[in-house]
Amino acid sequence: MMLLTCPHCGARDAGEFDYVGERRDRPDVSRATEQEWRGYLYLRGNRADWTAELWHHRAGCERFLTVVRHLGTDEVRG
Amino acid sequence: MTRPARYSAYGLARRGLTGAAWPPAWRAHELRPSYDVVIVGGGVHGLATAHYLAAKHGITNVALLERGYLGGGGSGRNTAIIRSNYLTPEGVRFYDRSLTLYESLAADLNFNVMFSQRGHLTLAHSDSALRTMRWRAEVNKLQGVDSELLDPAEIAGLVPHVDVSDQPRYPIVGGLFHPPGGIVRHDAVVWGYARAADANGVHLHQDTEVVGIDVVDGRVRGVRTNRGPIAAPVVVNCTAGWSSLVCELAGVEVPITTYPLQAAVTEPVRPFLDTVVVSGTLHVYVSQTDRGELVFGASVDPYPSYSTRGSLEFTEGVATHVLELMPALAKLRVLRQWAGLCDMTPDFSPIMGRTPVDGFYVDIGWGTYGFKAGPVAGETMAELVATGTTPELIAAFDLARFAEGRLVGERGAAAVGH
Repeated sequence: MMLLTCPHCGARDAGEFDYVGERRDRPDVSRATEQEWRGYLYLRGNRADWTAELWHHRAGCERFLTVVRHLGTDEVRG
Repeated sequence: MTRPARYSAYGLARRGLTGAAWPPAWRAHELRPSYDVVIVGGGVHGLATAHYLAAKHGITNVALLERGYLGGGGSGRNTAIIRSNYLTPEGVRFYDRSLTLYESLAADLNFNVMFSQRGHLTLAHSDSALRTMRWRAEVNKLQGVDSELLDPAEIAGLVPHVDVSDQPRYPIVGGLFHPPGGIVRHDAVVWGYARAADANGVHLHQDTEVVGIDVVDGRVRGVRTNRGPIAAPVVVNCTAGWSSLVCELAGVEVPITTYPLQAAVTEPVRPFLDTVVVSGTLHVYVSQTDRGELVFGASVDPYPSYSTRGSLEFTEGVATHVLELMPALAKLRVLRQWAGLCDMTPDFSPIMGRTPVDGFYVDIGWGTYGFKAGPVAGETMAELVATGTTPELIAAFDLARFAEGRLVGERGAAAVGH
């Protein structure tokens, strides 16, 4: 079982949350090259390492939160 | 080089009577300083590529590097289902070639892979699912693949114990039946390819991890391993769940996210289920092995990870869904569960062929459908490496498609629950 700490609700079972994706910055559409835009759409870090992710507390306060998780071990930091 | 003896009824009888030892199925070798081709990943894809390179193209100075043991990754963790009833014409043609290769694999490899073409049934629980199945059936028939729609009464006749009443939360409204589909002994496929590749002179190196890939002026020059460096003009990446990490060693970016997929097996019972039953709505597939165990598979876990630890949520979910399909299984006990890693791509199709680095080829992005594609992936990757020409069958699966907007959308048929 994995616990995620929601800033609003505290530590809750990961089953209450939806995984949204790795945190990444959206490039400026008016200035991004085609390669940058495709990279934003499709490329992910996907490292077996600590990764900042966006999660959604679906069955709770409905807020979005950042979770730092190790993709090799599923440990959650902080 | 002495070739190992063929397996035969005569050999079995002779060894049975004389007590003579069986030779090992494949040998261990010292690492050579250079090879013509290095294949990274000792699963069914890497082994099949090695086998077809040697057997069909005469390229035998090949090293296959496996970090752990042969078939210890996705090849030994899948649910061994073979089918070709996909949605896109590219997908159907490709997987049907694989099914054809599987049909003659035992004879080709002189190794019993126990392929049982028992039929594959995908259930529909909604009008929209039934509509997609009708679409799939028509695409399949156009490509010459045996695939037809069944109504609930026909399903009840085909599969005992399946609940086709209106009682379940999601009643069954129809199904797509694919008679050539079935299950195969997945370890035997790995061992058969390994033995055949070894017999042709391919070096299979287990416990050999690639820790670096040398690229000079946009060309691959070799790999560095925990046992020393190897020079090679061609490196093929067949590492499934870890494929984006291996690509990163060569500086190649690939649109892959790694998700675990869990499966479970029950205690053995008398044979009663001679069809593979799949439900996309319930995210579950069920088949009975030759030993009598029921194998349950599911959709990928809800978040990416490289962890292969099983979860209670999975066991609860799969049990609930199986019992909704077949309430009679309520007393069965789950013996064990496990997870394998799936390298998912944005369009649920693989990435095969060249990369921006010359000589560095990929056979990756196999997600939840890699095992059934093993033979055809090996055959086509071997052809690409040997001839330098991309085979027609895999032209649509190139890495450049993501930058050029030519995705091959298999979401509707690639797996359950996407």
